[in-house]
Amino acid sequence: MPVIKVENLTHVYSRGTPFEVTSLDSVSLEIQRGEFYALVGATGSGKSTLVQHFNGILAPTGGNVRVCGIDVANKGLRRELWHRVGLVFQQPEHQLFEETVFDDVAFGPRNLGLNNAEVRERVIDALRLVDLDPEEVGRTSPFRLSGGMRRKAAIAGVLALRPEVLVLDEPAAGLDPVSRRQLMERIDRLRGERGITVVLVTHNMEEVARWADRVAVLHKGRLAMEAPPREVFNKTEELRALGLDVPATVELMLRLQARGLPVRADLLTIDEAVVEIARILNMERNMEMRQPGV
Amino acid sequence: MSSNALPGKQAARGRSREGAVYIRVKGLTYFYNRGGQSEQAALHGVDLDVYKGEFLALVGPNGSGKSTLARHFNALLTPFEGTVLVDGMDTRQGEYLWEIRQRVGMVFQNPDNQIVSSLVEEDVAFGAENLGLPPPEVRARVDEALVLTGLSEYRNHAPHLLSGGQKQRLAIAGVLAMRPDCLVLDEPSSMLDPSGRRELMDTLLRLNRSNGVTVVLVTHYMEEAAVADRVMVLCSGRSVLAGTPAEVFAEEQLLRNVGLELPVAAKIACRLRRRGFLVPDGILTIKDMVAYLCR
Repeated sequence: MPVIKVENLTHVYSRGTPFEVTSLDSVSLEIQRGEFYALVGATGSGKSTLVQHFNGILAPTGGNVRVCGIDVANKGLRRELWHRVGLVFQQPEHQLFEETVFDDVAFGPRNLGLNNAEVRERVIDALRLVDLDPEEVGRTSPFRLSGGMRRKAAIAGVLALRPEVLVLDEPAAGLDPVSRRQLMERIDRLRGERGITVVLVTHNMEEVARWADRVAVLHKGRLAMEAPPREVFNKTEELRALGLDVPATVELMLRLQARGLPVRADLLTIDEAVVEIARILNMERNMEMRQPGV
Repeated sequence: MSSNALPGKQAARGRSREGAVYIRVKGLTYFYNRGGQSEQAALHGVDLDVYKGEFLALVGPNGSGKSTLARHFNALLTPFEGTVLVDGMDTRQGEYLWEIRQRVGMVFQNPDNQIVSSLVEEDVAFGAENLGLPPPEVRARVDEALVLTGLSEYRNHAPHLLSGGQKQRLAIAGVLAMRPDCLVLDEPSSMLDPSGRRELMDTLLRLNRSNGVTVVLVTHYMEEAAVADRVMVLCSGRSVLAGTPAEVFAEEQLLRNVGLELPVAAKIACRLRRRGFLVPDGILTIKDMVAYLCR
């Protein structure tokens, strides 16, 4: 069952002015319930424009978008849409505003009209999901936190709404490597435990390789590819022509192939690459042993 | 060990080096909101020398003080304790301010926040014009900066229509037109797509290696740090490790403890070693790994 269904979506900014720009051009795609779906593309390819349709911040210029069965152009249902689809913007820490982290995360649940006990339960749960201590960090001003902790607090604010669909626009940009990995692990666990659908916009090909079930490549507002990561990262030349790249492991394997080593190139994770290289090294070792006098 | 004897200085990868200290940081301590309720120490007694002509990477987890330190290099911030000398000039002495800002240029994370004009060449000219140079001189410098950053063909374009990577190169061009000795970049690639990041790194390496510009790069990408001459690791406002990339990335456990990781090729080398293969030290980049496996 698709939870997001995009049909022939076109979006034009500043329509009818000299600054008119077609940001999306007849894009069609379906995202299944519970799927981890990645969206990649060069700067200006239309990724952010696309995901802003998923909770009705933008309405289609042409075509239509249905999320959780709701037509996003239907203004009457927008409030319901906002409850069901959580969108984490780029640099969400700029949207923190309350005096304490607790109040900031509680803002959404309070707006849902929940009572204090329910709000409290949701805030504590959301802060724990992003590894922030509700007791200690909850009482702190968000403006006293480091960049990475602020980012986590902002994401907790969206999680506290308990959305069915979680859309994240470059959630890990600017985070240190360990925070980055932890955040992705949390998001994936959330998907497993609560069955939510994850849509991830990213420039990080390693993240796509590691986490995504499927990946869509946007180029100049059009859908250029859509497939599981292993298939997409098999098209190195095409990806580079679109301003993207393959994960470092694939790059390594391709270079080894170019130098004549019999390795597979469709390896997405470091573990897979290590196993493949170990196989080659063992082969060499055995050959050396069979050659007397070497 | 005194700070000017940081390991790796001598071992810098074979490129000629005068060895002169360009920026000397001694016992630098800095607080945010000093005296206020929320006083926070951001840097504790940091010692660091930046050598003329080197490419130094500054890494560390979020909140470690990297940006705070970088902002001391051109007197955007000045120390509460300790000193920062730029080519011998104390950053706390107001009379050196303009000289320092001219010699050490900063580039920040978000390319959109650094554009001041509606035309690429005007944007590049902005800083040089403010130096009060004669127009022909400004024009010559703008041409040169556009060539160095590969933006000549875009000189008459509107900056907001450039890609992210081009915008960051534009920011660098604006700084280069002031003919600085040193470029300080604070996570310049974290908002760029893969090709933008590659363009940016190629530009920085070329400026450093062919044009002798000293580069200080604050980054979360270990692959970028791996190609620097030296790497300094900050954690909780203190310098915890410094050396050549090979020396720094040999400390896997320490890096992990402070929230960092190894570059991908080094990670693979490490895991192969754990499986009993005798992989040599110092494999940091994909290129190193290919050279080793195809030896």
